[in-house]
Amino acid sequence: MNDRSCLIKVTGLKKHYNKGAVKALDGIDCEIQKGEVAVIVGPSGSGKSTFLRSLNLLEIPTEGTILFDGTNITDPKTNINYHRQKMGMVFQHFNLFPNMTVLRNMTIAPMELLGKSKEEAEKKAMELLERVGLADRAQAYPSQLSGGQKQRVAIVRALCMEPEVMLFDEPTSALDPEMVGEVLDVMKSLAKEGMTMIVVTHEMGFAKEVGTRVIFMDEGVIIEEAEPKEFFDHPKSERAIDFLSKVINM
Amino acid sequence: MIFRRFIQWVVSLYTEFVSEFTFVFIEGNRYQQMIKGFLNTLKITGGALVMGVIIGVFIAAIRSSYDKNFESMRLRKGVGYCVLTILNGLCKIYLTVIRGTPVVVQLMISYFLIFVDTKDGVPVGIFAFGINSGAYVAEIFRAGIMSIDNGQFEAGRSLGFNYIQTMRHIIIPQMFKAVLPTLCNEFIALLKETSVAGYLGVVDLTKAGNIIGGSTFSYYMPLLSVALIYLVMVMVLSRLAGILERRLRKSER
Repeated sequence: MNDRSCLIKVTGLKKHYNKGAVKALDGIDCEIQKGEVAVIVGPSGSGKSTFLRSLNLLEIPTEGTILFDGTNITDPKTNINYHRQKMGMVFQHFNLFPNMTVLRNMTIAPMELLGKSKEEAEKKAMELLERVGLADRAQAYPSQLSGGQKQRVAIVRALCMEPEVMLFDEPTSALDPEMVGEVLDVMKSLAKEGMTMIVVTHEMGFAKEVGTRVIFMDEGVIIEEAEPKEFFDHPKSERAIDFLSKVINM
Repeated sequence: MIFRRFIQWVVSLYTEFVSEFTFVFIEGNRYQQMIKGFLNTLKITGGALVMGVIIGVFIAAIRSSYDKNFESMRLRKGVGYCVLTILNGLCKIYLTVIRGTPVVVQLMISYFLIFVDTKDGVPVGIFAFGINSGAYVAEIFRAGIMSIDNGQFEAGRSLGFNYIQTMRHIIIPQMFKAVLPTLCNEFIALLKETSVAGYLGVVDLTKAGNIIGGSTFSYYMPLLSVALIYLVMVMVLSRLAGILERRLRKSER
């Protein structure tokens, strides 16, 4: 086993609600290597989002451990805030700060947490905005942006912290169909640069094209893990076949 | 004819008003009482307002942290959970006691039981009204914090801000905007509530009107003046809040 390139190692992860009556996650073991683009798919309610949100402890797991860069972040003694700085997260509903300009949205965390100067943070932010084609919107407020623009800003806001891994929680699910493409393009270019990404999505096209691995989940457990081509062409489990037959024939 | 009679009536009314005004306020420099009262009312209201907001922010932050993080903190256990539970309990007691007793009683308890040696009623008034207002402001702020989408907390936390930093940089600025109209309401209520400061031997605006009325045996001029001054103060206050609201709203164009 090459532990050197293993970025996240999840062992026996469980998340129960109501004293075990609801098992959102029921024992997950998984390893994410550096540079991987892991795409998590599965029917709704299968625990994909809960799993993703557990990785940076937005959901506190009931049981199990998560090793991030060799540190056990599920240990209450670990300073989770420090590790979260290295795990960028993009949400379904963007969650930009509505009272700040795009630029301020991007610079507040680097300035407050990394101790960057205003000039330094803004320079970095403008570079990133340039890359996603939104440099001219730097002084706009989030309410003045379209959904696709908001999500692109949300992605570069996370990138401003120079994370080691990016977590995407259904980044295109709240978008109008014609805006999905522009967000996926940003994600693709990010993947090309070798960013480690974990993506929960319903975009099977993206999974096929960009993913290095597909993780299929149902009822709180991982049913199948395979390379995208393998998964989409020859799914092994009954449930994966069933799921794919529902989402692919459109 | 009727027109001339009307003019005469208006003129006589005016001269009567001027002589009454001169008698009540100018003679014996009684207007100085009014100015003193006005300033004291301003001092007590202003001081209590600042104190109330500071108390309110802290209590609201503690209470909403407890409400929001109760579940997850219990899972992670640790010292924070214990401290927060105790603080939350103390805040609840404070809110219950302050909101459960009349402000005049609190005022007199402060003056006659707590600050026995203080002769000047103004700082005592600021203290008592500040403590009182803090309880109401705290609940207003808490409602504001709870009304902000949980995604904002999550976005802040996922960037690496700790709980307090998330509150300070992301939640509280948004909360202020959300609660401004309600907060303005509370300030108006506070301003008018200070009219009972006379219980502390403070000459506030109301007391000044009362004193002048008592010494001139003419009540309508001083009392109506007092009412008018309160009205103007409230109008100015709500106008200022309106301006502030518009400025904060610029991000919603």
